[in-house]
Amino acid sequence: MESGDIPNSDFQPSSEDAGITIRLEAFEGPLDLLLHLIKKEEIDICNIPIARITEQYLDYLQIMKDLNINLAGEWLMMAATLIYIKSRMLVPQEPALEAAGEESQDPRNELVYQLLEHQKFKNAAEMLYTREEVENAVWNKPPSEVLEEGADVVAVTLFDLLRAFHEVVKRFEEQRVLEVAHEEVTIEQKIADVRKLLLVHDTVLFSTFFAEARSKRHLIVIFLALLELVRLHEIWLYQKKAFDEIHISKVKESD
Amino acid sequence: MQAVMEAIIYVADDPVKLEQLREVFPEESPQAIQQALEGLVESFNARSGGMLIREVAGGWRMTTRPEHHEQIRVYLKTRPSAKLSMAALETLAVIAYKQPVTLAEILAIRGKKSSTALQTLLERKMVAILGRKQVVGRPILYGTSKEFLIHFGLNNLSDLPTLEEFAQMAGEQL
Repeated sequence: MESGDIPNSDFQPSSEDAGITIRLEAFEGPLDLLLHLIKKEEIDICNIPIARITEQYLDYLQIMKDLNINLAGEWLMMAATLIYIKSRMLVPQEPALEAAGEESQDPRNELVYQLLEHQKFKNAAEMLYTREEVENAVWNKPPSEVLEEGADVVAVTLFDLLRAFHEVVKRFEEQRVLEVAHEEVTIEQKIADVRKLLLVHDTVLFSTFFAEARSKRHLIVIFLALLELVRLHEIWLYQKKAFDEIHISKVKESD
Repeated sequence: MQAVMEAIIYVADDPVKLEQLREVFPEESPQAIQQALEGLVESFNARSGGMLIREVAGGWRMTTRPEHHEQIRVYLKTRPSAKLSMAALETLAVIAYKQPVTLAEILAIRGKKSSTALQTLLERKMVAILGRKQVVGRPILYGTSKEFLIHFGLNNLSDLPTLEEFAQMAGEQL
């Protein structure tokens, strides 16, 4: 394919990566694609040649399909909208309406409004982008880790962790829940679960994460998910005193 | 009083608010505190040192000067931190200007599903749940948080340019 066929991302502030990601990022949604086409063709937004734009839009859809990009429903919705507007433009105005002196609305109006609205918020997003750039160039003192008063905490060692996990497994085996069906749990899913839980709670007990597990494999997946989050510095583990229950907290984001 | 204020702003984790300073100086009148603070900020920033006192999220905080970021990064051996994606920024812009706003309303403006972007914003605490809209289905209402103000160096929401400015810009672009 010619590179000219591929929309470039010159109106995107970030375009470090070459290849498919750019195309996806540039055309984040159908409105973005339409805005791109309008700008590229220097089209007057108040008078969009709907037939031409529809054709080009469908061409891009085809390119994306050829690239095996999974198109979300909104892309097809927009295609349908464009075709609908195009057909309405072809139909002459109803004589009854005309006789009544009522002018039927330009079928493009709503789309134009949507495009302007979208461009407006794209501009606002770019303003935020610039502000973020500036803020990223600034540091303040990292927040001191102050826990509740008087709460002395002990860092958790790998051995504490393994011991705690061992206990979880032991408890599980004592309960001997019947394994019903093979359950697919991935570490990614579990990581997402932990993140969600920590959105709501500041601190969670290590053992609570394992309460729902139905199989040993499930336990291991949860354990690995926690380890991964520790490695990513998203969570930290501590005890109120040595050999105590292990607590899990979210690492405070230091700007 | 100014020296103490400077020290407090230095040790604070969050931007220091005027009310907090009032607690520290109960005998002083609010006006005197405000004046002292303004004087401190002015003289502190006028000396063009490595630090700045800036008004962020309704309080004052001490930060490094943006112009020194390259050398600071060399020292810290860090790279610019993960920025929000364009999708997240657009979603955030909609939330910032239209709050309180539901996911469906965001979808209508952006013309695409925004749940992933919203999830990121919730995880990064830029967006908070404000409640539920009293309509059928009682959808969740979202709004920006204090973290949002801090992240973008805003003192309050009225620091943002008005939507009309962006609309005018959009009119010129298209």
